[in-house]
Amino acid sequence: MNTTAAPESHATEHGLSTAGYVRIALILAAITGLEVSTYYVDFGRLFLPALLIMMVIKFVMVVSYFMHLKFDNKVFSWLFYTGLILAVGVYCAALATFKFFG
Amino acid sequence: MWFTLDNLATAHDTHEGAAHSSTGLSNVKLGMWLFLGTECLLFGGLISTYMLYRGRVGTGPRPSQVFDIPFTSVSSFVLLMSSLTMVLAVSAAHKRDDRSTNLWLVITALLGATFVGGQVYEFTAFYNEGMGFSTSLFSSSFFVLTGFHGVHVTVGIIMLLALRGMLKNNKVPGSRAETVEMIGLYWHFVDIVWIIIFTLIYLIPA
Amino acid sequence: MANIENFATPSSAMGALKRPVVTKGWREWVFTVDHKKLGIMYMATAMFFFVVGGLEAVLIRLQLALPNGKILNADLYNQMFTMHATTMVFLFVMPMAAGFANYFIPLQIGARDVAFPRINAFGFWALLFGGLFINLSWFLGGAADGGWFMYAPNSGPIFSPSHGVDFWALGLQIAGIASLTGAINLIVTILNMRAPGMKLMRMPIFTWMILVVQFLLAFAVPVITVALFLLSFQRNFGATFFDVAAGADPLLWQHLFWIFGHPEVYILILPSFGIISEVLPVFSRKPLFGYPFVVFSGAAIGFVGWGVWAHHMFASGLGPVSVAVFSISTMAIAVPTGVKIVNWTLTLWGGKLWFTTAMKFAIGLIVLFTIGGLSGVTHSVAPSDTQQTDTYYIVAHFHYVLFGGAVLGLFSGFYYWWPKMFGKMLNEKLGTWNFWFMVIGMNLTFGPMHILGLQGQPRRMYQWTENRAGEGFFNLAFWNLIASIGSLVLVVGVFLFLVNIFITARSGKVAPLDPWGARSLEWMTSNPPKEHNFDSIPTVHHLDEFFHRKYAEDANGQMQQIATAEEVLKQLEDNADAHIHMPSPSYWPIVIAFGLPVTCLGVIYSIPLAIFGGLIILMGAFGWALEPSTAPDTDFDPPSSSNTSKDVVHVG
Ligand code: HEM
Ligand SMILES: [Cu+2]
Repeated sequence: MNTTAAPESHATEHGLSTAGYVRIALILAAITGLEVSTYYVDFGRLFLPALLIMMVIKFVMVVSYFMHLKFDNKVFSWLFYTGLILAVGVYCAALATFKFFG
Repeated sequence: MWFTLDNLATAHDTHEGAAHSSTGLSNVKLGMWLFLGTECLLFGGLISTYMLYRGRVGTGPRPSQVFDIPFTSVSSFVLLMSSLTMVLAVSAAHKRDDRSTNLWLVITALLGATFVGGQVYEFTAFYNEGMGFSTSLFSSSFFVLTGFHGVHVTVGIIMLLALRGMLKNNKVPGSRAETVEMIGLYWHFVDIVWIIIFTLIYLIPA
Repeated sequence: MANIENFATPSSAMGALKRPVVTKGWREWVFTVDHKKLGIMYMATAMFFFVVGGLEAVLIRLQLALPNGKILNADLYNQMFTMHATTMVFLFVMPMAAGFANYFIPLQIGARDVAFPRINAFGFWALLFGGLFINLSWFLGGAADGGWFMYAPNSGPIFSPSHGVDFWALGLQIAGIASLTGAINLIVTILNMRAPGMKLMRMPIFTWMILVVQFLLAFAVPVITVALFLLSFQRNFGATFFDVAAGADPLLWQHLFWIFGHPEVYILILPSFGIISEVLPVFSRKPLFGYPFVVFSGAAIGFVGWGVWAHHMFASGLGPVSVAVFSISTMAIAVPTGVKIVNWTLTLWGGKLWFTTAMKFAIGLIVLFTIGGLSGVTHSVAPSDTQQTDTYYIVAHFHYVLFGGAVLGLFSGFYYWWPKMFGKMLNEKLGTWNFWFMVIGMNLTFGPMHILGLQGQPRRMYQWTENRAGEGFFNLAFWNLIASIGSLVLVVGVFLFLVNIFITARSGKVAPLDPWGARSLEWMTSNPPKEHNFDSIPTVHHLDEFFHRKYAEDANGQMQQIATAEEVLKQLEDNADAHIHMPSPSYWPIVIAFGLPVTCLGVIYSIPLAIFGGLIILMGAFGWALEPSTAPDTDFDPPSSSNTSKDVVHVG
């Protein structure tokens, strides 16, 4: 679907085409719709895991496609995800000492 | 893992502005990704503070009493779409299509401004419902977290508009496409933080 | 920087937005973006704060020398130990390490400057203004007094009604911005600007340790940023984040502080580990023993350092599971530290030891840090820590690691690199006196504190009385007096160093090119290095490249000299690059940095002032963005500021 790629430019070689970006945005919009629907429809026991999974999917999609991390050099992923994982790790541990998770 | 760094200089994706670096990667981009990594710890701390305190409302309103999910859903959607327009600006910049770059930058800024406007409206509404900054631990931690995010969006808007002005007057030092891309990275980051805030703070009740 | 030709540069520079080009007088320093000048400025600033923090320490010890001390009242005493620690940690050790890193990282990796020279300048000015801002509180109603980790409720308005804590929180915020920008800058520099052939495993150990430290900073500073913001919102805008009466959890502060605080202790010590890992091989005449182990144990310390923070909170009622987990992780972290000590010892083993002052300080570090490390292990055991916590035993422990470790390492670095930075040799005889006074003083000061602490003397106690002094060997009066005398011996030691600087500047011996027979790239430059460091960027084939250019194995496997340092340097000069691009000076780093304390003053006293400060920052940011990336050569006075005949151009 790389119809709009400019022939002389190497810049798009590791990105998506405009249509590709729009498609990602549509998926993101659909997930958001699903997320919001949990407010109206009772998801029962699935409520929490479903919301968290959708959040992670959206997060990863924006990072991978809109921020090009999927196509870019691994070093960038490494730097960013180090910060992210460290943050999740230390803050969850701290919250756990407050008995936040149960 | 780091040791793959040594062999990167020959990697295919030599950007402009990276011609002579040891990794073949651009300084600015490395710095930007690292900065975003550090921002995870900043927002993580604020989110955790909110999580710890969201149930501590004292005599003030509880989250579910003030949150207006339909309204916030719309503004979240607006911010999400601004990521699309931003990525289109970046891709136009890579194609050296100045007109489209300008256009998408302005639209992105407008969407961002809509989001910030929504936040101002939301804060005012909360205040009128008896939830001031110091009403409760919940309210303070909510305002600090979302306020910080709002400041990030506002800084982004200023950068977008400044960038557009500088592009027009041919005053961007360095590589133009890369500058647009960097501001794009920042902008998307602010968006993904909101993706988390929207779920953890708004959709999952205390 | 060298690739500037690719960039679309702005065609015109509107008057005010020119680059500053005067390279003489004070402007040479104020607008500079040269990593070497900034390194020197960092170090001078840090030295100034070392003296300030040292005088504060002496006042503390004078107060405690005799029973019922009258020199300080209780309130001033609290301010004194809080500011002593804040100054020593944030305004002396950290900036001093930043100074060394700034000066030597580009040289050690064979680069001409850092990745972001203007951000580098900004970081220095932010640090300076942040430090001055914190100390401004002395003159505006009193300094912070809640202890350096500023626990609630001591940080709240009831126990700390003056603006001291506000100045403290906001000033550290400014210093934090400096650390964060500095960290990003140095990491990118190390990853991206290494000379050809300088693989990661060929980097000098100092560079490696600084890389680890900058990662720690990059990820730890944002955590304390959050804590400080919450504190400022509580004190200045009515929030109650740490106020138990309002239902808050004061432990939240403790967690945020120590998630930052434990990595911070490695931030303080690892640069010194890096320094002595350079010094020991040079003065043992053999390569560092187990280079990969030193690298990986450094990285391991950086990694495990994130999982131990709650050992600072054993006495806070964390619960048995948390205490057990953090107790074990803490014992584990002693292992990579032990690995380093073994490596250093084996570096010395069988070497041709040359006891210069730098070497003495390095060996001093190994011995004294080990003592501090061992007492540290005793409080990784939670029940024993419960006995020790908040006593002078803790004070003894962390001064052995901070003074005996971090500070001695920095002094080793001064003596080792002084000839490189200033082209003159510090006086070795005076250096020896300097060393012995400091080492004896430090043991007299902090050694007795072990005894005092085990006897139960609490830390942060502003007076002690005769009737609690005890008898015989455990007499508190005796050991308190010794500790105070020791602190005066220390003062003499540090004073001798300042004298040494002074004498060296006036009449010191001019340094030969390679005074120590060094091994790494920073010595492959003139003393002091030229503005652009290297006439031609060397291609690196070995760890210890400089050494391998001077020596090679002969047929019998013996190292033989094949070239002198002068010859090595000459070869670089003969192949000098024709066009060398150096970053131009800039007005804006200092302008933006100046906006920060103005904004913070406004937060404390009046919001319009804060807005004004914000406008300064915004204006500075636009000035920064619009500044032409090159100052035309003809703007310069003298036209080309290079001290060679090469064509050095200022760009970027
Ligand atoms: C110049 C020699 C020094 C002397 C004589 C000295 C003396 C002292 C004394 C007596 C205390 C305890 C005060 C009390 O608990 O009442 C103290 C606290 C402290 N010192 Fe030092 N010190 C020196 C250098 C340093 C250095 C170089 C550092 C760090 C790099 C440092 C960091 C600290 C810290 C973190 C505290 C704890 C303050 C608190 O309880 O909040 N000191 N110092
Ligand atoms: Cu610790």
